[in-house]
Amino acid sequence: MSNTFTVKDMNLWYGDFHALKDVSLDIPGGQITALIGPSGCGKSTFLRSLNRMNDLVQGCRITGDIRLCGEDIYGGMDVNLLRKRVGMVFQKPNPFPMSVYDNIAYGPRTHGIRKRAQLDEIVERSLRDAAIWDEVKDRLNRSALGLSGGQQQRLCIARALAAQPEVILMDEPTSALDPISTGRIEDLALDLKNDYTIVMVTHNMQQAARISDRTVFFLLGEVIESGETEQIFSLPKDSRTEAYVTGRFG
Amino acid sequence: MEKNTSQALRTLLAAIREKGMALVFLLAALVSILCVGLICVFLFANGIPAIREIGVPEFLLGRTWKPGNDIYGIFPMIVGSVYVTGGALLLGVPIALLTAVYLAYFCPDGLYRLLKPAVELLAGIPSVVYGFFGIVVLVPFVRTISEPLDGKGNSIATASILLAIMILPTIIGVVEPALRAVPRSYYEGALALGATHERSVYTAVVPAAGSGILAGIVLGVGRAMGETMAVIMVAGNQARMPKGIFQGIRTLTGNIVIEMGYAAGLHREALIATGVVLFAFILIINLAFSALKRRDAA
Repeated sequence: MSNTFTVKDMNLWYGDFHALKDVSLDIPGGQITALIGPSGCGKSTFLRSLNRMNDLVQGCRITGDIRLCGEDIYGGMDVNLLRKRVGMVFQKPNPFPMSVYDNIAYGPRTHGIRKRAQLDEIVERSLRDAAIWDEVKDRLNRSALGLSGGQQQRLCIARALAAQPEVILMDEPTSALDPISTGRIEDLALDLKNDYTIVMVTHNMQQAARISDRTVFFLLGEVIESGETEQIFSLPKDSRTEAYVTGRFG
Repeated sequence: MEKNTSQALRTLLAAIREKGMALVFLLAALVSILCVGLICVFLFANGIPAIREIGVPEFLLGRTWKPGNDIYGIFPMIVGSVYVTGGALLLGVPIALLTAVYLAYFCPDGLYRLLKPAVELLAGIPSVVYGFFGIVVLVPFVRTISEPLDGKGNSIATASILLAIMILPTIIGVVEPALRAVPRSYYEGALALGATHERSVYTAVVPAAGSGILAGIVLGVGRAMGETMAVIMVAGNQARMPKGIFQGIRTLTGNIVIEMGYAAGLHREALIATGVVLFAFILIINLAFSALKRRDAA
């Protein structure tokens, strides 16, 4: 499997704070890569560098090389095009205060699709792919804010899918949800990895073990260890990884 | 024993002081309610009998205002107020909204430190000074551009332009914080879908601030409707049905101020009744405003 992202010698500073130190990492396509580590270890920061959401943070400085399918994303790449190719699902579900339909159509409309028939098709396909079609098909024109938290999060995943990305970044997508909704999102992620590369930050170690193919362990801004999920959880090479995954700290 | 007594006394004194202060605050709050109540009583007690004497349809829909002949129809003034307010909104609202969006989402910090106080200063200028500006600058300007149409300088158009300027700070002052209060997650969500900064702001943030924007516009309506001095100075004040936007007009507020000084008897009461109509307009606007705020909070 070819790598979707290749990251080499990446460093990131927030002002004087050195948040990511010499991160080098390959993220293979068509798999779920889980980023784990204690709070403040830089895993979310790393995730948000992959679609350049850190550009919004004042005083954030990045060096090194991050490539998406060989293209330098901090080089000449159009940042809006990058974000179309690399979709994102946030920790807190953030549907727009508009109808379900308009939420899903937001991405396609942004990228120039205006024809109603084409939009209808994208909306239905995205909602089906996000396993929420049956729940919302009768209320497409009602506000998305009336949905439950878990439904809102699947709606946000559908919204990301509608922009037809290659990668989906998920920043603790289930931490605000109940166990049943969490299970649904996990099943959904497993379905989606056939068509998309998924990178997921999670605080929940069981979740990483359950659904990810590869796991990356961050500590204090450094990548301590990365590899097959099974190996990380059963035979970690680094003692700090072992301590973390067995719950001795963090 | 003695210690316990002094302790109890202190608690009692503290309780009294607490209650006393609460009473002071209550009285202060009652002052404003009392004022509103007194104004209502005065207005209605003096205005309603006049309306009854003149007749409701004759008063509200009568097209002739001739106090000398005891004909009191305020329809021209109602139309005048509505036209001038409508014109002010037509010109002022787009400018105010774009300014608010610019201040909240596009303005560089350095420029903001200049623009924000400038907008606030606009709110603090006395209306007579606006009127003076209108007479010196706007009236000749409108007279010149409307010359081919046989227009006058003192006209609906002039008053609308002046009022449009005056409602800018009112609307901007409400809309800018409303825009800033939109959760950042909407903006980030739109960006993450590949939308540009502009598109994110205009299609995700601005619609989310909808009720705040509406509230700002409603306040602007109230300000335009109630403005008196500046309008009198540029509107021409003819108490007749308007014949075009470059012709003179008299507003409800203007009607009261211009004639109150020498009016007596039914004439005087008819002017107070004009105030009742104005009060009703403003009341409706304020109710609409608080209804919007409630919906926003829910």
